[in-house]
Amino acid sequence: MKIEMELNGRPVAHEIAPGGNLLSVLREIGQFSVKLGCETGDCGSCTVLLDGEPVNSCVVAAARAHGHQITTLEGLLGDPLMKELQHEMVVKGAVQCGYCSPGMLISLYAHFKASGDLSEHALREALTGNLCRCTGYVKQLEAAQTVADNRQNESGGAS
Amino acid sequence: MSDRKTRSAVGHNVDKVDAFKLARGEAVYTDDFTRTGMLTAKVLRSPHAHARIVKVDVSAAMALEGVIDVIWHTDVKAIAHTRAGQSYPEPSPYDTVIMPHKARFIGDRVAVVAAETTAIAERALKLIEVEYEVLPEICDMDEALTRTDVLVHEEADPLGIGGGGKSNMAAHIDKQIGDVDAALKTCDLVVERVYHLPRVQASHIEPHISIAWVDEDKRLIVRTSTQVPFHLRRILARILEMTESQIRVIKPRVGGGFGDKQELVVEDLVSVLALRTGRPVRLEFTREEEFIAARYRHPQRITMTTGVMKDGTMVANRMHVMADTGAYGSHALTVQGNTGQKVMPMYPAPNIHFLVDCVYTNNPISGAFRGYGAPQGCFALECHMDEVAAELGMDRLELRLKNHIKLGDTDPLSAKLGEGKEGLERVIRSTGLDEAIVKGCEAIGWGQEKKPSAPHLKRGVGMALAMQGSGIAGVDWGAATVKLNDDGSVNLAVGATDIGQGSDTVLAQFCAEELGIPTEKVLVLSSDTDLTPFDVGAYASSTTYVSGGAVVKAAVKVREQLAEVLGSHWECDPGDIVFADSKSTGPDGQTMTMAEVALFALYEAKIQPMATASHMSNESPPPFAAQFADVEVDPETGQVQVLKFVSAVDCGTVVHPRMAEGQIEGAVAQGLGYALFEEVLLDRSGKVLNPNFLDYKIASALDVPPLVTILVETDEPSGPHGAKAAGEVPSDGPAPAIVNAICDAVGVRNYRIPATPERVWRGIKEESPE
Repeated sequence: MKIEMELNGRPVAHEIAPGGNLLSVLREIGQFSVKLGCETGDCGSCTVLLDGEPVNSCVVAAARAHGHQITTLEGLLGDPLMKELQHEMVVKGAVQCGYCSPGMLISLYAHFKASGDLSEHALREALTGNLCRCTGYVKQLEAAQTVADNRQNESGGAS
Repeated sequence: MSDRKTRSAVGHNVDKVDAFKLARGEAVYTDDFTRTGMLTAKVLRSPHAHARIVKVDVSAAMALEGVIDVIWHTDVKAIAHTRAGQSYPEPSPYDTVIMPHKARFIGDRVAVVAAETTAIAERALKLIEVEYEVLPEICDMDEALTRTDVLVHEEADPLGIGGGGKSNMAAHIDKQIGDVDAALKTCDLVVERVYHLPRVQASHIEPHISIAWVDEDKRLIVRTSTQVPFHLRRILARILEMTESQIRVIKPRVGGGFGDKQELVVEDLVSVLALRTGRPVRLEFTREEEFIAARYRHPQRITMTTGVMKDGTMVANRMHVMADTGAYGSHALTVQGNTGQKVMPMYPAPNIHFLVDCVYTNNPISGAFRGYGAPQGCFALECHMDEVAAELGMDRLELRLKNHIKLGDTDPLSAKLGEGKEGLERVIRSTGLDEAIVKGCEAIGWGQEKKPSAPHLKRGVGMALAMQGSGIAGVDWGAATVKLNDDGSVNLAVGATDIGQGSDTVLAQFCAEELGIPTEKVLVLSSDTDLTPFDVGAYASSTTYVSGGAVVKAAVKVREQLAEVLGSHWECDPGDIVFADSKSTGPDGQTMTMAEVALFALYEAKIQPMATASHMSNESPPPFAAQFADVEVDPETGQVQVLKFVSAVDCGTVVHPRMAEGQIEGAVAQGLGYALFEEVLLDRSGKVLNPNFLDYKIASALDVPPLVTILVETDEPSGPHGAKAAGEVPSDGPAPAIVNAICDAVGVRNYRIPATPERVWRGIKEESPE
C-alpha cells in the first residue's frame, strides 16, 4: 500500500508494508536522525513531530502518517530555535554518544514551541520521554535552561 | 600540578569533536548505511534452558520466498573460543562456539536466518522445526556449585580456566595476604555480613548492530558497533579460519557500550552469513534480545568478614564472592577478580583474603559492564564499613579516614592478582582522596542536622569511597599516528575506540597541546583496522591514560621532525624552536605559521612530517572518588527520594572538565538505578521476565536528583599530562552511598539491592512489627 505524507514540508509518496511502523519508513527514505532504540515506545530515540506533536515513530503505524505532516530533525536544521538548541547541547557537553540527541532535540523543540512553562521541572518533564544512558541529564537541562533564559530575556526586552 | 593557564588545549572545554554532527542527526552510526542487496539476519533462540539440539529442519523456512540462507550447528565448524573481546591470550574460558550443539540458556542460538527483509526473516523463524532433547537445568548458583550430575559445560576448557567438564565452576580465585583466620582471633570485634547484588543490563540506547559484506578483493568487511575492533578482527580470523589480512573491521560512531560491546555478540553471525551468501548481511538486536542475549553485570552474593581493634584499626578483611556467569564464562575470572582487586585495597589491612566461586548456570550470560566487578565489591565493602562503624560505636567517616589508602602506600592486592594471573605491584603516586572527602562532606553538609520535608518522612545521609584503575597494567596498550597536512592541520589516527565517552576529543586535545595548534585542527579517525594502528579498545578505563600516552609520544615525534626541518632552515638548534599558538618561533624571533611550516616541509624539505608511537604502562594508577547521598524515606511506603548526590572525583589532570563531569553524572544516573530500581528478573528456568524499558526501568530526567560534581585535580606522574582515568570509578559509589543513607534515615539496612520501596518497607516492618 502507498501512503502520501508531507515530510519536512514536501509531499512524499512511499510504498509501505502492512503493519510497518513510521520509524522504518522514515529511515528507509533517508531520515537517519530517527534512531531505533527499543521499538516499544519507551526510549524516545525515534521521536518526530506528527502535525507538530512529538510522537515515538516506532509505535506509530506508517499508515497513520497518510495525509499528515511529519517533521524530522533533518527538516529543522535551518530553524533558528533548533539551531540554538543544538548549539547549547554541544557547548554544554550534553552530547556524549549522541544516539538519543536527535529525539531529545525534537522533544525540547516541541516543548519550547508549545509551552510557556520554562521552569526546571517543566524542562525535566519535556525530556522524560527520552532515555539517555550516557549522561545524568544535567547538561541537557543546562542547555534547555539557557535556551529558556534566552527566550525569557527576549520576551522581557520586547515588553 | 595541572596548570590550565600554561596549557592551550588540555584542561579546556573545547567543542567535542563529533558533537555537532551527532546533534544534526547525521548518518554516522553502523546502521545509518546500506548496501545494495543487503539481507537481514534473525536468530532463532532456544525456548529451553538446557537442551541438546538434535535436529533442525530448515526445509520449510528455506522454501519461503526471500529466504536466502538458514544455518545451524551442522553448517558451521565448532571452534572453541571466548567472545569476551580481550587481549590475546584471553583470561576467559574457551567455552563458546558459533552455533552450539546444546542450548545452555533460554535465548541461546539455535538457528540463524538471512532473508531479503526483516519481515520475511521473522516469518522464516516460525517455519524452522527443531528437535530438542531437553535436559535438567540448573539455574541456582549454590546448586550449580555443589552438583556435578548436571553440567552446563561437559566439554574440556582448552585453557583450563573453568571446571573443564568436571564441575560447574567457571572461575575460582583464592588469594591471601597474611593469615586472616589467625588475625581475626586477635581482633576486638569481628563483623560478618552478606550482601546481594542483582543482575543489571548496560542498556546502551543503540542496540548491538553489525553489517558484513565481502568486497571486490574477496575480503570480509565488518562495520560494527564495537568497543574492540582489533580484538574482534583477531577472534573472527580464528573462528572463521581466515587470516587477519582477509578481514577489515570498521567502527563508526557507537551509540554507547558500557562494556556490553566489548563482547562479540552479533559479528560472527553476519560474517558467516556474508561469506556463505556473498551478500551484505545486517543483524541488529531488538531491545528484547539485548535483555536476553547480550550481557549482564554479574549477579553476586558477597560475604564480608572484617576484624578491627577498638580504635578502628582494620586488622583483617575477607571478601568471599559467589557469582553467576550464566551459560558462558565471558569475563568470569576477570570481572570477579576485579570485585576484590579494585576494591579491597581501599583499606589495606595487613591480612586480606579474597575468595571467588563463579559458577556456570543455565541463566543468560553475564559479562563486562562499566566498573567491571568493582560496583559489586564496592557496594559490599562500603556498606560493611558502615556496619563495622555502627558495631564499634565509631563514626563511619572516622573509620574510613583511619584506614583508607594513602599517598605512597602499596596496593596490597595488585601484585597478587593481575589480569587473570600474577599482577604488577602498585604504589599510589597521586591521590586526591582526602581532598575529595573534605569537599564532598562540605557539599552534602555532612554532620549537619537535616530535617525531613514532612513530619512522617525520615532523612539520612550516606557516603562511599571508591578507587579503580587506569587500564590494565602491563597488558593494555595502544598506538597513534599523527600526520601533518598542507594547511597545518593534522590527521590523528587511533585504534582507541570512541564509543560516546569522548575519547576522540581527549586524544585530539593531547595532540593539539604538543603541536601548539587548536584542537579543531586535529582530524581524528577512530577506528578502522585497515587505516588506524592497533589499540586494545575501549575498556578498563584505559583510553585517556594509555592511548593518550601514545598520542603524546606520536605528536612529540612530529614536533621534533618539524624542529629538525626548521633548525636546518633557520640555522639554529632545533631544541630552541617553540611551537605554540599555531606557529613556530626560532631563537632569533624567526616565525612561521603552522601552515607555512607544513608547506615548507612538504614542498621545500620534501618530507612528510608523520609519526606513529605505541604506549603501554606497567602502572595502573587508581582514580579515586568520594560520593555522598542525601535521601528522604517514607516509612509507610518504602519510597526513597534522593534529594542530592555529590561526587568528588580525583582523575588526575582533568583534560576536559565538562566531559569529565559528564562521565561522572552518567555514572551516578546508572548507579542510582543499581541502588533503587534496576533488576533483570528471571523465573526458575532462567527466562527473563522484564526484557523491555517499561518493565526494566532506567533513570529518566525526572528520576535523577540534583547532582553536584567536584573535580579534584592531582598530577599523576605516569599519566599523559598528569591524567588518570575517569569513566568507571564514579559508577562504584552511588549504590552503597544511597543504601547507607537509607540506613541512616530509617535504621534498617538493605543487604539486597535494588532497594525497591517494597524491600525498604518490608525491612522497616520486620525491624519494628508494630
